[in-house]
Amino acid sequence: MEFFDIFLVEAMLNGLLLGGLLALLSLGLNLIFGVIDVVWISYAELMMIGMYAIYWTHTMMGWPLYLAFIVGVGGVALLGAAMHWFIIRPVLSAEPINQLLVTGGVLFFLQAVATVVFGIDFKNIGIRLPSFMLGDISLSMARLIAFAVAMVAIAATYLFLNKTYAGTAIRAISQDRAIMPLMGVNPGRIYLLTSAVGGALAGLAACLLVLQYDIHPAIGLSFGPITFLVCVMGGLGNLIGGFVAAFIFAQLISVGGFVFAIEWGYVLAFVFFIAMMFIRPEGILTQRR
Amino acid sequence: MSHFTSTHFFRVLLVLLVAAPWLGLGPYPLHLIIMSLLLGFIYTSWALMGRLGLVSLGHGAFLGIGAYAVVLLWNQYGLSPFLGTLVAVAVTVVLALIIGYPCFRFKIVGHYFALVTLALAEVVRLVIVAERDLTGGSLGLTPKPGIPEGETFSIWAMQSSTRVVWFYLILLCWLFALWVWRRVDHSMQRDALQAISEEEDAAASIGINVTRTKLQITVLSAVMTCLGGVLYAQYQLYINPETVSGIGISLQMVFGVIAGGMFVMLGPTFGAVFLLALQEILRVLIGNQVHGLDLLIYGALLVFFIIKMPKGILGTWLERRT
Amino acid sequence: MLELKNINAGYGTFQALFDVSLSIKAGEAIAVIGPNGAGKTTLLRVMSRLLEASAGDMVMEGRSYRDLPSHEVVGLGIAQVPEGRRLFPRLTVEDNLKMGAYTPAARAKRLEKLDYVYSLFPRMAERRYQLAGTMSGGEQQMCAIGRALMSGPKLLLLDEPSAGLAPVIVQSIFELMHRIRAEGYTVLIVEQNIQQVLKVVDRGYLIETGKIRASGTAAELLASDEVQKAYLGV
Repeated sequence: MEFFDIFLVEAMLNGLLLGGLLALLSLGLNLIFGVIDVVWISYAELMMIGMYAIYWTHTMMGWPLYLAFIVGVGGVALLGAAMHWFIIRPVLSAEPINQLLVTGGVLFFLQAVATVVFGIDFKNIGIRLPSFMLGDISLSMARLIAFAVAMVAIAATYLFLNKTYAGTAIRAISQDRAIMPLMGVNPGRIYLLTSAVGGALAGLAACLLVLQYDIHPAIGLSFGPITFLVCVMGGLGNLIGGFVAAFIFAQLISVGGFVFAIEWGYVLAFVFFIAMMFIRPEGILTQRR
Repeated sequence: MSHFTSTHFFRVLLVLLVAAPWLGLGPYPLHLIIMSLLLGFIYTSWALMGRLGLVSLGHGAFLGIGAYAVVLLWNQYGLSPFLGTLVAVAVTVVLALIIGYPCFRFKIVGHYFALVTLALAEVVRLVIVAERDLTGGSLGLTPKPGIPEGETFSIWAMQSSTRVVWFYLILLCWLFALWVWRRVDHSMQRDALQAISEEEDAAASIGINVTRTKLQITVLSAVMTCLGGVLYAQYQLYINPETVSGIGISLQMVFGVIAGGMFVMLGPTFGAVFLLALQEILRVLIGNQVHGLDLLIYGALLVFFIIKMPKGILGTWLERRT
Repeated sequence: MLELKNINAGYGTFQALFDVSLSIKAGEAIAVIGPNGAGKTTLLRVMSRLLEASAGDMVMEGRSYRDLPSHEVVGLGIAQVPEGRRLFPRLTVEDNLKMGAYTPAARAKRLEKLDYVYSLFPRMAERRYQLAGTMSGGEQQMCAIGRALMSGPKLLLLDEPSAGLAPVIVQSIFELMHRIRAEGYTVLIVEQNIQQVLKVVDRGYLIETGKIRASGTAAELLASDEVQKAYLGV
């Protein structure tokens, strides 16, 4: 019985760490939706590209890791801005279904780019951070760092949104888009900035993931749909809701994956989500529109 | 609208199709026509929901359930795919209701609905992959051969070694889908549904049970897609999680309908033909040399088309004529 | 200071303004009155470049700004208090005010401006960290006006400042108008409440179904037949 408990606790702790990562991803997605009113179906694929960028600069070109990480975050931030400028901008006034589809097309495209350039074999940057023992529990250093960094990034984003002018403008535009020009704010610039910030968050997630997982073109599918569920659960555009939902879901996946098999952890999370829709739809209806 | 639903044009098309197997086209072109009709059937089923603003990005779930249920039940228990279809449909109905009911009842629509259905498709794919001992995982699954010696087809096994049988079966199903589309379009419901998609509260105030109608259309669409999965499995005799479930096929479905034109009866079929043609051209031009290059161009073209032709190819073309 | 020449504008196939011309001199206060749906809000949207004019010209201090992007209008010195206040509900009062001073020129002076607005509206200073959406209608109107003042405008456009407010509050809003005039701002007020607004302004225009029907001093307008007809259908 004791034996069982330890592993369960371990699963729960890992769930906490996974929660940090999902919180980071859902923050980015929620920001973009809250400001621009578009859901990037391909958001996790941006993260995947970031992982490959890190692999390329660090493992293939031999750059030091911290530099590779800067490329990862900065590169995906640029990718995010580019995505907005070239892909989203033309469809801003189109039907929402077209907006969803266009990001779906980008999903295919990015997966294909990664496949063409790197192939479908699993890649790894070959960094093995040690695990350490907390009592009888084995904790991965990588996961711990990832969690800490994710929390710091989220706090930094919070400060950015609340204490800076640009951040305040981002919050404002998500509350009343139409009058922004009256303040002298160019909405297009804010969208671009938000897209870049969203991209940077995905890039950061890439840095954290690359320490723990192998890289392959479809890795976005392991995180994208669950991020969507997290955001819907917390209310699309609701930054705090997403944060809370991320940890709830991560626990479900982790514990569920521990009790059954890892894929069933996801199923459990989904079943929970459906159940919540029946029981507390208001929890999901805390949306802006 | 007029030209493509005009009975004259349609009659000519129908005659051509019925005669197709005898026109000396060769097995591969015939296969392409069959796939066009089959995908047209599936895409039209999706469009039943899509045109009312119920955008599902997860129809791959129903496709996968149809395909895997019949093959698994046949392989494991020798259960005829016809009976297996009943099981698949039952599961589909339940799933469609479970997803649809809270969504419609509590007005979870638009982006929310799209994302929930997307997650559903992925969950189905994950389950298929997870149970790899049973399903073969990513490697896919093949129905056990069921045609007795000396015969060319078996009804019990729903298998046929001659393409012609499948051609006519799928042609019939495709016509059925078009008929359903027509019925839904013309029926009393149509006005109600149009009203629902535009002015939900107003519609509700004239006593139209919005939730029930949405659920009916959703279940109908899901069940037909499920049937499409059954047909696909039994015709192709090979299925894997990527091709019949998950985001990929779900998005492709939606794209096909949008590309073809969602509000025209033959639109989804046109979209299916278009996508197939695109894939074939890319396959011929690029081949398998660079893995993924065809998908890259495909994705780029999808994006390009959505941006440039938001009303779909057929829709834009029809617009230009008027 | 500002001149509109033969402005035509509309939404899609629906034309809302027909050859509208008006002018404002520096330091003046003007009213644009008219019944519902006359095109008053459309006029202000055109003036702030939130809506494209299909024909006609708009000149501010001698410079035509017909083609200026909407977010550069504030830079010209034109600020608008939109209809319905339109505060950012989940931002604090102070954040709302700060948003008013977003342009680089205004941002540099934002602390000064904040002090100025707080001295004009002490109630806002009390509520500076309160979420704007939780305030009463009258307080929100004060905040909205303050926000517009944060950009240091020359011309202030107000769209129906008294709409939706209790009569007592309406009274205080119009007293505010007096004070703002006293501070030296040029003001254009769009209003349905002709009694109150014509007490505050020098001149006015009557607009009805997208056309200017009458113009003149406040007294003239109040007495005029057109105004009676427009409002009372007499």
